Amino acid sequence: MTFSPELEARFARLLESYPQGRQRSAMVPMLLYAQDEVGHVSRELIEEVARRVGVEPLRVEEVAGYYSMLRRKPLGKYHVQVCTNISCMLAGGEEVWEHACRKLGIGHKEVTADGQISLEEVECMGACSWAPAIQVNYDIHHGVTPEKLDRLLDSLRKLQ
Amino acid sequence: MLYNAPSPLEVKVLTRRFGLPDSTSIGTYLANGGYAALEKARGMTPEAIIDEVKASNLRGRGGAGFPTGMKWSFCPRHSPKPKYIVVNGDESEPGTCKDRLLIENDPHQLIEGVLIAALAVGARAGYIYIRGEYRYLIEIMDRAIAEAYEHGYLGNGFDLYTHTGAGAYECGEESALLESLEGKRGVPRIRPPFPAVVGAFQCPTVLNNVETFCAVPAIIRDGASAFADLGTPRNGGTRLFCLSGHVNRPGVYELPMGFNLLRMIEEVGGGVRGGKKLKAVIPGGSSCPVLKAEECDIPMDFDSLAKAKSMLGSGGVVVMDEDTCIVRAALRIMRFYAHESCGWCIPCREGTTWLRKLLQRFHDGQGRKGDIALIGELAGNMLGRTFCPLGDAAAMPTLAFVEKFRDEFEAHLDGKPCPREAVYA
Repeated sequence: MTFSPELEARFARLLESYPQGRQRSAMVPMLLYAQDEVGHVSRELIEEVARRVGVEPLRVEEVAGYYSMLRRKPLGKYHVQVCTNISCMLAGGEEVWEHACRKLGIGHKEVTADGQISLEEVECMGACSWAPAIQVNYDIHHGVTPEKLDRLLDSLRKLQ
Repeated sequence: MLYNAPSPLEVKVLTRRFGLPDSTSIGTYLANGGYAALEKARGMTPEAIIDEVKASNLRGRGGAGFPTGMKWSFCPRHSPKPKYIVVNGDESEPGTCKDRLLIENDPHQLIEGVLIAALAVGARAGYIYIRGEYRYLIEIMDRAIAEAYEHGYLGNGFDLYTHTGAGAYECGEESALLESLEGKRGVPRIRPPFPAVVGAFQCPTVLNNVETFCAVPAIIRDGASAFADLGTPRNGGTRLFCLSGHVNRPGVYELPMGFNLLRMIEEVGGGVRGGKKLKAVIPGGSSCPVLKAEECDIPMDFDSLAKAKSMLGSGGVVVMDEDTCIVRAALRIMRFYAHESCGWCIPCREGTTWLRKLLQRFHDGQGRKGDIALIGELAGNMLGRTFCPLGDAAAMPTLAFVEKFRDEFEAHLDGKPCPREAVYA
């Protein structure tokens, strides 16, 4: 596989970060950073990372299946993650989640027909004191209301 | 960035540089006392550093509250293997959002704490494990690390790296974190041996929470007794409390250890939202047994909370008003543990799933009379019988919810679900 020069540079740094013979440590970071670029953890990516860290593809497969952020299927260009855990729940997080489902006409880990927006109900993202919180790709948004969510989704539509 | 207004009651030790212009830069750090503690530590023996940390009564801020100096002293002095420092920045305990602020606003404080720990135990490399969702923190940390190399604080015998997680609560448990750091599934290891002896890459390792390392520069700079005196006996210093839920002014506030919980809710948090009455508080993140309103006149330190059969945990204070449905709260928390159980050991994997199903049944109004006892039996069977603390973390709050709010569970037995429509699948 070919990656951007920035990602190749990051891979090189990662492989140097761990003690000699421990390059397997770079596996999960490589998968996550590569996923950001190619969209999901494909079979091809698993084989590529396995080759680079020096393990069998099966070893990468079993590890990739453990981590919730590593996804085996493509999701939307904008992945909207809504927290409904205890602090967000007390502040209206479930209402935000239900509103997002209704508005987009999709459910948990589903993608809109145009492939632009996907939705996921997630566990605590560390924004409890400024709840309810959502994360769009890696951007955290605090104090989200259904109205704020509407505006945010509309602006994502315009970005396309 | 700061996301809530500070409180005049705060005692700013770890957060003293928060809000300064360009607070993440090494320039700001150096201009405000930064790296002075490291200079001081360089003139001390490793034993003297560890003794100072012991005397400060600093206890692990990740949740367990183990004395930090003692943990460091378990690391063998003479080892043929290299030694490592690992920072636990996997902050995922529901209700907790403080480590994020410490890295976001003052990354050099963490680097300095790590460097002092490295001097104390003779480590030559360190890893800052940051949960995958906190990508922007990795960028901030990487920039700070690059600055510390440019200024010669890193690179002269000690290297420091960031390592991203990829979504797994279980990796906040120290031995699971080490597995994850080694490129494996984040399942816990059998202990002993503890990480101090066999940790990262099978080598002696000091592993602490972000907030714990961030307290170290202040201890060395101002002396152990100045830090210890801020808190209560055996509970030194301050704590970043994450106030969330039904309060008027939720936020992260740095308060002395032992600060009264009711006062925190009333005076720091501005009281319960909407003038409602207080019903219950989870005092230290979702793993900690709930306190009823009448139990909340309590000093917030490890020992006082343990005496009240709860825990200070990770500092996540979740406030619930009189309208909160406790069954719904218990269910939401159990959904989390059932989702996050790594499946490695059976009491946790099966226990959390069965408890989730039972609580769901209650919530839907389908609870049966024997179910209250069954919840107690299931949770009781998990306590102390799992590989790592996740099983206990799921069982303990559930037992407390049922014991302390039995009437609410019984009220769900009349065939009617919660007033609020069930939304859980």
